[in-house]
Amino acid sequence: MSELNIRNGAQLVSSETIDGEIAVLNLGPTHPATHGVFQNILKVDGERILEAEPTIGYIHRAFEKLAERRPYNQITPITDRLNYCSSPINNMGWHMTVEKLAGIEVSKRVDYMRVIIMELARIADHLVCNSVVGVDTGALTGFTYMFQERERIYEMFEAVCGARLTTNIGRIGGFERDFPEEFKRKLDDFLKTFPKNFDEFDSLVTRNRIFMDRVIKAGPIAAERALNYGFTGPNLRAAGVDYDVRVMNPYSSYQDFEFIIPVGKDGDTYDRFMVRQHEIRESLNIIRQALDNMPAGKHYTEVPDYYLPPKDEVYKSMEALIYHFKIVMGETPIPAGEVYHAVEGANGELGYYLISDGGRTPYRLHFRRPCFIYYQAYPEMIQGSLLSDAVLTMSSMNVIAGELDA
Amino acid sequence: MTNNQHQQVLDALQQRFGADLGSVSEPYGLLTVEIPATRILDVLDFLKNHEQLRLDFLTDLCAVHYPEDPGREIAVVYHLHSMVHNIRLRLKAFLPISNPEIASATKLYSAANWMERETYDFYGVLFTNHPDLRRILNMDSMDYFPLRKEYALEDETRNDKDDRFFGR
Repeated sequence: MSELNIRNGAQLVSSETIDGEIAVLNLGPTHPATHGVFQNILKVDGERILEAEPTIGYIHRAFEKLAERRPYNQITPITDRLNYCSSPINNMGWHMTVEKLAGIEVSKRVDYMRVIIMELARIADHLVCNSVVGVDTGALTGFTYMFQERERIYEMFEAVCGARLTTNIGRIGGFERDFPEEFKRKLDDFLKTFPKNFDEFDSLVTRNRIFMDRVIKAGPIAAERALNYGFTGPNLRAAGVDYDVRVMNPYSSYQDFEFIIPVGKDGDTYDRFMVRQHEIRESLNIIRQALDNMPAGKHYTEVPDYYLPPKDEVYKSMEALIYHFKIVMGETPIPAGEVYHAVEGANGELGYYLISDGGRTPYRLHFRRPCFIYYQAYPEMIQGSLLSDAVLTMSSMNVIAGELDA
Repeated sequence: MTNNQHQQVLDALQQRFGADLGSVSEPYGLLTVEIPATRILDVLDFLKNHEQLRLDFLTDLCAVHYPEDPGREIAVVYHLHSMVHNIRLRLKAFLPISNPEIASATKLYSAANWMERETYDFYGVLFTNHPDLRRILNMDSMDYFPLRKEYALEDETRNDKDDRFFGR
């Protein structure tokens, strides 16, 4: 029996180039090799992909419609569920959008605290993406190491906001609480030990001959095509374009920090992997700078109309009770206007296009979701490549189903 | 981004399209220009290939529904970005809901493909010459455009939720 199987298998491989029979293969929506709900209908000639047709929308939850009926502070949990590998960046992006609309200037300390949280989220996101690229090439060890590190980042989020994955972190105007001692201790520990562990992962994978043979020239895209396809974030930088929202349109005091934007050359899987590896180091660098120069002050800005008062004051003071009630009931003063605010999400430019008519909910809210826009390049990127490279290309593009389908 | 650059963009647009340009505003520092829907492709093409401006990155494309504005119910909104000069520009084209037709930008931007499908999916905007204008996030059998304002979020037959008690 086993002999027959082997022989059949051998025939399959050899037929690839001989008879040119075209098969249709349904990859997904649930498939162990795709990380999330993605369906691709592939036309394959043996192992080689001739055509791909992605179908998306399997976990569409109508966030844009939901947002039209929710008060501004209740939209934060929706943003959690976009790119759920780095929810804090989405949360902060949303807070900043509302602050821009309402004309709130947050204090420097809040900015710096946000930078620390956002960069931690970026590290967590990149760790997931890069270690999974490792898994798809057969290197499971690095994945198990790096998920321990990600776990430590989640513990830090837990210390600040009580949640791990869908964080709902921060408030309009600042943070719900100051960084607790537990967070500071954990961050300190993380900054001391993570670089060493990360170097270990790096040395296991980055210059590994098997890995390099596998990922170099897999799923490449040229800079010109990437721009035409609306690529942003690490995927665009891997193609050689040094566009980073943090530098081009600085928000949350990013102009105060010194950091390098790594760029690649070929836009292939290896370049995407390397850009993320370097960004993790740069993020650590930014966190250190933010800690060293952390301004004194409070963890929130004095905007009682938007920022929930401390709970114990709600029981004691009339003003706090009134503000609490108004915010919870969604009666915050929001001016009419339209605003576009973009942040550098972990996988690209995450934009919020918000139109307000002055009511308690947005009139229209549109999320510019980076992976929704760049995933449409996927068929072009995998055309003519091997099926196994297609899996690798997808994981290295960091397509997150939640963000794709909104 | 400076006002000088905004003026430059406006001057270039005015020189080329003159009276066709609609209202100009700058909400929260982002230059916003209204253009007639029939000229959208010309404007996008002009901006993309303009040697100085280089507004050649389509950041975002979406629609907005204004049911109270007869003849201009659907606004299609384009966000352009010049990465060379760091200028952002918002273009708006208004369409009547009875005939929401506008030229597709897919010839200029591959990125517009799915963005336009999404806009069609939720607002029913018909992009002419789009290679594959199908629904993208909703199921194909859906027979309405859910983000239009006439579709309330909650089931209207429910009577256990009284808006007056929720401040809505």
